Amino acid sequence: MTVNMGPQHPSTHGVLRLVLELDGETVLSCAPTIGYLHTGIEKTAEQKKWQQVIPLVERMDYLSAQSNSMAFCMSVEKLLGLEVPQRVRDIRVLLAELQRINSHLVWLGTHGMEVGAVSVMLYAFRERELLLNLNEMLAGFRLFPSYMRVGGLREDLPRGFDDAVKAFLERMPLKLDEYEDLLTKNEIYLKRTQGVGVVSQADAIAWGLVGPIARAAGSDYDVRKYFPYNGYETYDFNVPTQTKGDVYSRYLVRVAELRESMKICRQALERISPAGAYAVDDPRITPPPKDKVYTEMEALIQHFLIYSQGFTVPAGDAYVPVEGPRGEQGFYVVSDGSNRPWRVKSRAPSLLACQALERLIVGGLIADVIAVIGSIDVVMGDVDR
Amino acid sequence: MDSTALAAVLQEAAPGAAIEPAPTADLHTTIYVSADDLPAVAQALRDRPDLAFDFLAEITAADYWPRQPRYEVVYVLVSIANRLRLRVKVRLPADDPHVATVCRIWPAANWLEREVWDLFGIAFDGHPDPRRLLMPEDWDGFPLRKDYPVQIRKTPNAGQPLQVTEEEFRQNVMKDRLTRG
Repeated sequence: MTVNMGPQHPSTHGVLRLVLELDGETVLSCAPTIGYLHTGIEKTAEQKKWQQVIPLVERMDYLSAQSNSMAFCMSVEKLLGLEVPQRVRDIRVLLAELQRINSHLVWLGTHGMEVGAVSVMLYAFRERELLLNLNEMLAGFRLFPSYMRVGGLREDLPRGFDDAVKAFLERMPLKLDEYEDLLTKNEIYLKRTQGVGVVSQADAIAWGLVGPIARAAGSDYDVRKYFPYNGYETYDFNVPTQTKGDVYSRYLVRVAELRESMKICRQALERISPAGAYAVDDPRITPPPKDKVYTEMEALIQHFLIYSQGFTVPAGDAYVPVEGPRGEQGFYVVSDGSNRPWRVKSRAPSLLACQALERLIVGGLIADVIAVIGSIDVVMGDVDR
Repeated sequence: MDSTALAAVLQEAAPGAAIEPAPTADLHTTIYVSADDLPAVAQALRDRPDLAFDFLAEITAADYWPRQPRYEVVYVLVSIANRLRLRVKVRLPADDPHVATVCRIWPAANWLEREVWDLFGIAFDGHPDPRRLLMPEDWDGFPLRKDYPVQIRKTPNAGQPLQVTEEEFRQNVMKDRLTRG
């Protein structure tokens, strides 16, 4: 029997369509169809100025906006040859780790709900709300803050931000224990997830499934450790790994990553001084502070130039990898020396996860399909772009 | 390992292949490989233990129209065992751009190559499933090519491809584009 699952199926995380061929309850073949969310962001980006691309790339992987824009800004900074101040790097680390917690919470909630533990969704979204409040405090926008800028950040951290983050970090470990109470030793959850959707370490790497999926299969590849950026080599954290490579191992890895991310957040908070530079001191790239624009002629000219013409970036290409919530993420950017990108390409971990779906679910049961889709954590906005 | 050293190692692994190290703005190890030599070089990159590029992170392309050769296909490779990163670039001409598939070496290449075919019209010889990936099957043209029309006001005409002159393409692409110096 052939079953058409999606594109409007509630457990396909958006608009993924699977054509499944079944024999009884066993899946004989699976053909994923994607592209329903293709919005041509990469083509659009070529028509925008460099700064205007930031809100666009945040909307690709809509659960990790800060990591997306950070990766894009770092690639452009590489082309410009900019060294951002250490304080900016520490703030970026803090925001990227908060984003990872945010993304993993959404994953935990939706995955739990799909395998029948609806209460986990309510719990995880309760804590995620606090993270969205932090984003609102930071930038006035909850999902897509557009807070990263080429050369630094849009503005300094708002007053009281560190206290708000501290309050969150105090609350979160206890709540995480609560989620674990609900799932980690839950007999039904174990039955649904152990030995399901198994992928070996070699396969995971050959299929490009780096990130939590490969780490659940035994690989310790993490961009933060292997190719450190933003000073990650000076932070004290572990890369959690598991060996079995099934859905349950991916759950354990992600929950352990939540704890590690909180550890990094605490260290970053300690390093961020209350006042200091929030962007490079380069008048071509960083707009002047608003109070100067209203009082000084030079600042007004500088403001006008940056917002009307943008800035030019030397010709060349760059790719800076970062560890996003779903694995290695990065932007391959090409400049022709003008104020608009020539080419912007996002490395989408979700696309590769979607590609490997066929291997993970063929031969299994149809009921497991939902557990597997949940466990690889695809974001269709990232797949289709 | 820098680009020159890596090119020398590869030259030894794949004799006769046209490999040249390339300087890049971000100091990333980058080599150019000719389209014909790509399968041999890719095989050596993955299988030699001192290279062991087992993780293919990305395949993408860039259209440098109207420059010749027009296209560049870019492979981003990572060697997890040796902690190396590498970009391999292949230059392709404007007429009938095609290069051999690397699906059999890195299975991850399957959809990545389909995406490049879909958006750039670069064909991958021997690809097991050469269909469009993101755009609808009956789509006309390759949207990420620089001569694909953008921001042009035309009345929509279902079933008919958009027709614009080369001059219009050029003006449109260069619209508002400032050049340095």
